[in-house]
Amino acid sequence: MNTIAVIMILIGLLFFTGGAVGIIRMPDFYSRLHPAGKLDTMGLLMSMLGLAVYALGDMTLGEALTSLKIILIVVFVFITSPTATHAIVDAGVRAGLEPWTQDRH
Amino acid sequence: MEKETRATVGSRVITFLIMFAIWLLLSGRFDAFHLVLGAVSCALVAAFSADLLLPSPDLPRMPGVWWRFIKYIPWLLYQVLVANIHVMYLVFHPRMMELIDPQIMEFDSRLKSDMARVTLANSITLTPGTITIYISLYGHITFHVIDIESGKTLPWIMEARIGEVFGE
Repeated sequence: MNTIAVIMILIGLLFFTGGAVGIIRMPDFYSRLHPAGKLDTMGLLMSMLGLAVYALGDMTLGEALTSLKIILIVVFVFITSPTATHAIVDAGVRAGLEPWTQDRH
Repeated sequence: MEKETRATVGSRVITFLIMFAIWLLLSGRFDAFHLVLGAVSCALVAAFSADLLLPSPDLPRMPGVWWRFIKYIPWLLYQVLVANIHVMYLVFHPRMMELIDPQIMEFDSRLKSDMARVTLANSITLTPGTITIYISLYGHITFHVIDIESGKTLPWIMEARIGEVFGE
């Protein structure tokens, strides 16, 4: 059980690292949001599932409830994260920021 | 909202049940005091705001929609995983600047209901590589893609799937 949990958390951290590196490497505002808002969803899913497995321990009711609460965190982030990303993109578009493209840089 | 959205008894009962389940989950205490406390607060909230959670009065169709929606989630998670790995590959690629090709794409969605459109927009945004910028009142969707490949097929497949879920 603990091995599975650790592996999942490590995969999650890998996605988070990718997100952080992506924010630095991408060329402009819009493309930066792709790693910023999205790799986080997978990183969060993986690391939270890992924590849920870890919290499950020896399957008592209290521990199962803790795991379910952790999974609820993932559900809420999956609903709110795209909305937040969309709000940021919308702000950029309304401000008239042109996206970076391959043929114009 | 121009539509009539008065909550029916059925939607109040369903709201109450959902909220009570969440109460049980979050409190984790099953003695009489906490159960009664939860039941009273859930009943109050259900009485005041059942029309926020279930705005459509179309109750008989709801179980089918929910069931198909639950079946849709694993597929969405799989797409999110695939797309995540794709963006990871781009991010760590040494020649990233040549591989990415950000574009703004548009298409007309045939989804009619607000709920289906919200689901579509959130699904598109949740999948890395595509971000919904705007949905017009008539279902015209504008979205930003990180490279052509990400945006070529997925939103259309997604739209078809969501159309199935909401029976449109």
